[in-house]
Amino acid sequence: MKTQVHSLEDGLSLTGKSSHWLGPQQDPLPSARTALFFFLGVLTVVFGLLSIAYRMRMSLGDWQPLSDPWQLWLNTAMLFFSSGVFELTRQRLRQVGTSAAHAPPANSHQVRSLLLLAGVLAIAFLIGQLWVWQLLMTQEYYLSANPANSFFYLITGLHGLHLLGGLVVWLYSYRKVCRTGSIEVSRINIELCCNYWHFLLLVWLLMLALLLRT
Amino acid sequence: MSDSIMSGAEHGPQSFWTRYVWSQDHKVIAIQYSITAIFVGLIALALSLLMRMQLGFPGSLGFMDAAAYYQAMTMHGMIMVIYLLTALFLGGFGNYLIPLMIGARDMVFPYLNMLSYWTYLLAVIVLLSSFFVPGGPTGAGWTLYPPQAILPGTPGTDWGIVLMLLSLVIFIVATTMGGLNYVTTILQARTKGMTLMRMPLTVWGIFIATIMALLAFPALFVSGVMMLCDKLLHTSFFMPSIVSMGESLGYQGGSPVLFQHLFWFFGHPEVYIVALPAFGIVSDLLSVHARKNIFGFRMMVWALVSIGVLSFVVWAHHMYVSGMNPYFGFFFAITTLVIAAPTAIKVYNWVLTLWRGDIHLRVPMLFAIGFISTFVIGGLTGLFLGNVIVDIPLSDTYFVVAHFHMVMGVSPIMVIFAAIYHWYPKVTGRMLHDGLGKIHFWVTFLGTYAIYFPMHYLGILGMPRRYFAYPNYEFIPASAQDLNAFITVAALVVGAFQLLFIFNLIYSYWRGQPAPANPWGATSLEWQTPQTPPAHGNWGEQLPQVYRWAYDYSLPGVEQDFVPQTTEQPMADQAREGDK
Repeated sequence: MKTQVHSLEDGLSLTGKSSHWLGPQQDPLPSARTALFFFLGVLTVVFGLLSIAYRMRMSLGDWQPLSDPWQLWLNTAMLFFSSGVFELTRQRLRQVGTSAAHAPPANSHQVRSLLLLAGVLAIAFLIGQLWVWQLLMTQEYYLSANPANSFFYLITGLHGLHLLGGLVVWLYSYRKVCRTGSIEVSRINIELCCNYWHFLLLVWLLMLALLLRT
Repeated sequence: MSDSIMSGAEHGPQSFWTRYVWSQDHKVIAIQYSITAIFVGLIALALSLLMRMQLGFPGSLGFMDAAAYYQAMTMHGMIMVIYLLTALFLGGFGNYLIPLMIGARDMVFPYLNMLSYWTYLLAVIVLLSSFFVPGGPTGAGWTLYPPQAILPGTPGTDWGIVLMLLSLVIFIVATTMGGLNYVTTILQARTKGMTLMRMPLTVWGIFIATIMALLAFPALFVSGVMMLCDKLLHTSFFMPSIVSMGESLGYQGGSPVLFQHLFWFFGHPEVYIVALPAFGIVSDLLSVHARKNIFGFRMMVWALVSIGVLSFVVWAHHMYVSGMNPYFGFFFAITTLVIAAPTAIKVYNWVLTLWRGDIHLRVPMLFAIGFISTFVIGGLTGLFLGNVIVDIPLSDTYFVVAHFHMVMGVSPIMVIFAAIYHWYPKVTGRMLHDGLGKIHFWVTFLGTYAIYFPMHYLGILGMPRRYFAYPNYEFIPASAQDLNAFITVAALVVGAFQLLFIFNLIYSYWRGQPAPANPWGATSLEWQTPQTPPAHGNWGEQLPQVYRWAYDYSLPGVEQDFVPQTTEQPMADQAREGDK
């Protein structure tokens, strides 16, 4: 009797509807990936336009570059490792997924620890960025004192906000993993977060190059 | 198996709140979007009539001073372009039609879809709240150019401009959430057999416009955030050093032209974000009501794509008099003329679709044909304004007002009316009143010509736009005032007759003739749903399967003059195979 056309029996689904009822969108991962792809396109335009505005504003004469604290390099390392650990998490998760239907608890535990580490490193990056802001403030590089300062705070701020958004998803996924004891429940989120983290690392490296060169 | 399970309706949300308010059903969200957009649109319409009263009969409204005029002008423009047209085409028609036309149950992210609407509503509330704050809404003009937008002297520089920018940022968040949903749904949730090249042009238009919105709105976002910083945190992104009333304002070295570049990098694609869904919808309507396949389907698709791409490299034709590098003008004049080519292809194809068609002059068709007329007129004046040498004397005159109102005010609105008359039977299960619809069409169509045609002459006379009053300008003859009075009377009549349309919408919802499932004999999927209006989940137990494109009308040898996309073989030997 095919009455359960709207049940959750098929497990994870972004729409909460079963695959039988949904038709082509059986696997939610391609849809989520497509949406993330376009979202990264949106962010590319945001940061691309900021860079162009930066170059245009820079050429106007009153530009005074600010000092570049060494902490920026520390933060870059944090974000780099965060992104790397996320990739490792994803690889391990895929191995867990392919090796057995029910993953050995040891492996699952390892993936969970890696997931935690990736998030903590990203949080360390954000704290480091705030530290840089504070240092610049003490050196009297105030936000409105010069357009170079304004752009620095705006770009690092917007980048940080986007990472913060990613961390909300990370926290949600991590808590879900802890609550259910299964790493599988957050598979899609981890896949997407991983791509998002790589993207934000790339954006950060480009923005860093822009900020340091001037 | 019971019927209700077959329909999928049993599994839809049950309570009033989950069904109509916190709904995740794309059809309900579409109606929420549409009603909100039409509501703010009516406010913007009223604002335009207040402006026309001042221009036609100066001093006739006691409260209308220069500040109030600029505030009305700014809010009219911004509401119409962003909060009505963009929201209605993408949030309203996009939401309703995409899943139905591609054979999906719903959007792929229904929760995000709901969130998109409520965020849009928040943006509208923030915008409208600026009417009630000290100093009122901003009067900076819809382009919000710095430095004047945030300097004392412009109305609403305390609160109004902040709320406007805030509202735009919120709107962009809403559009991004909606846009990601529409694009993903079209790419991932098409039913079996629905290849990209079998999608109706309506979906194509909305698809390309949505991608453009995703890529263009970030420019408005960036400029909005930077301007908010200039206003609230005293940065100098756009603000040059200015001495006002004998004292320095503390800004230094910023570039107002930088803002114009960012604004128009959004602003020009925005024109096509509104136009492409209209192009798509009108193509489908002409085909259905002329009982003929659309002429040059593939050409139409590629024209949409190339307009989408080209619209990102024409923005500075809005800035010929901004003081930018003159060589830019040469480049942007050329790209502007190039974009006329795919646009002209579309116009030719619409006309060729009508050629020797079995034209039924029903209300949606009247509006669709009306659109071709207003769009051609508005487009032709665009050729004048796209050329730097012609543009410079016409810049900031009523010629410009006439041009953009014809091409992106009246024309998309004609398509919105056409689309509402066309799809209302599917949405509500009842027909709109035909007689009232015809009156509405003729008054609107002729009335808008009466309003905007004379403005071209006023513009050529040199009458500047954005002026509150025109006393003592020797180059403007006295007869210009008579023409202005005539325009105002026409505007009041057209405005009043829109109430007839609203009445028709409400009256027909309860008293209209019950609509059959497919009143126009259309081929596309939304007319093949098992219920009218479609139930939750749209398709009953089985998703539809698609065998052909959406334009098989009047096939030789086939008895019925249309073959739905779900039909495998039409009832004749000579019929062509489906895949075009």
